[in-house]
Amino acid sequence: MNPVLELGWDDWLHLFTHFMTLSLLSVGGGITTAPDMHRYLVDQQGWLTDAQYTASIAIAQSAPGPNILFVALLGWHVGLNAGGTWLGLFGVLVCMLGIILPSSILVYVTARWSHQNRELRAVRAFKLGMAPIVIALLIATGWILASVNGDPARHWPLWLITVVTALIVWRTRLHLLWLLGIGGLLGWFGLV
Amino acid sequence: MDDTSRSVERTQPKSLTDLFLSFTVLALQGFGGVLAVAQRELVERKRWFTNEEFVEEWAVAQIMPGPNIVNLAIMIGGRYFGVPGVLAALAGMFTAPLIVLLSIALLYAQYASHPGVIGALRGMGAVAAGLVVATGLRLASSLKNSAMGMALNGALGLLGFVAVALLRWPLVYVLLGLGSVACVLAYRKLDKGAAA
Repeated sequence: MNPVLELGWDDWLHLFTHFMTLSLLSVGGGITTAPDMHRYLVDQQGWLTDAQYTASIAIAQSAPGPNILFVALLGWHVGLNAGGTWLGLFGVLVCMLGIILPSSILVYVTARWSHQNRELRAVRAFKLGMAPIVIALLIATGWILASVNGDPARHWPLWLITVVTALIVWRTRLHLLWLLGIGGLLGWFGLV
Repeated sequence: MDDTSRSVERTQPKSLTDLFLSFTVLALQGFGGVLAVAQRELVERKRWFTNEEFVEEWAVAQIMPGPNIVNLAIMIGGRYFGVPGVLAALAGMFTAPLIVLLSIALLYAQYASHPGVIGALRGMGAVAAGLVVATGLRLASSLKNSAMGMALNGALGLLGFVAVALLRWPLVYVLLGLGSVACVLAYRKLDKGAAA
């Protein structure tokens, strides 16, 4: 389907270091660097087709686990293009280590420091001041996710699901998987 | 005062295996992001954090580069077990979901255009959005005892929401801009608190 890519060690190394750079820039989560990954993998290097890029993100969003796993799928598809399953797994490794390693080391060191100095006024002020903003950003993230539902006038059943879910989860301890299951079933039968 | 109320019912991870398994369970429930599940599992079920502590840790996880939930796992694993704890938490978070994900990727090519599948993903997406909103609302209760006061917290929260959700400003600017204003305000509040 796709012409087989010729990827040398220097290409893999380039991929690795590029993702390591993105890792340090990924404030707000890996998804914020997704546009640059598209630019690099699809436009600049031509290692990935547009369809593979889009599918990688869509599949990762619908599967369980951290969203950052879309990066694993990008690597998987690059590897597949370069020659097959084993290279696919190698691509997963290269991309995931690249995107995770630098930020993780930074977070580990910072978290140790801030925990050891948690009585410092500056550290306490940071946590106190950031609390309302962090909570607002969570609600904003939910809002942005919900806007995928589309025009509220036409797609009101989807919006209704979002609102009812928010109320149920806010007010009860019903297991989250029940809600996801119900949402999936309603969608499967075309009711929403 | 609030230090005693914090320590009452908190527990901590028992072992590396406990970390690994807890994060596996957590990650496998996280459709469309692990955030909502993280609050449920870590605060309400495992009780490794109180709501207040969860928000505090989340603030650090959010401001740093890297996926928030991964950062949170590093912070928990590292605090109790050092580098081995980090590796156990991350391995738990990634191993099982990665296997599931690659299996789905192999199937996806065949079923991506099935109307049932498309509909189910749409329905689950709508639910996932509601989950995230609800998590924010649940955590908002942790602000009750905040030294910043209701009015200031409300104003900062509202500004943050408008900037990100409605104006769609890049997260980095909101965190740096509004975040530093909030930190300066909090710093001054803490000074008054200490003087009083």
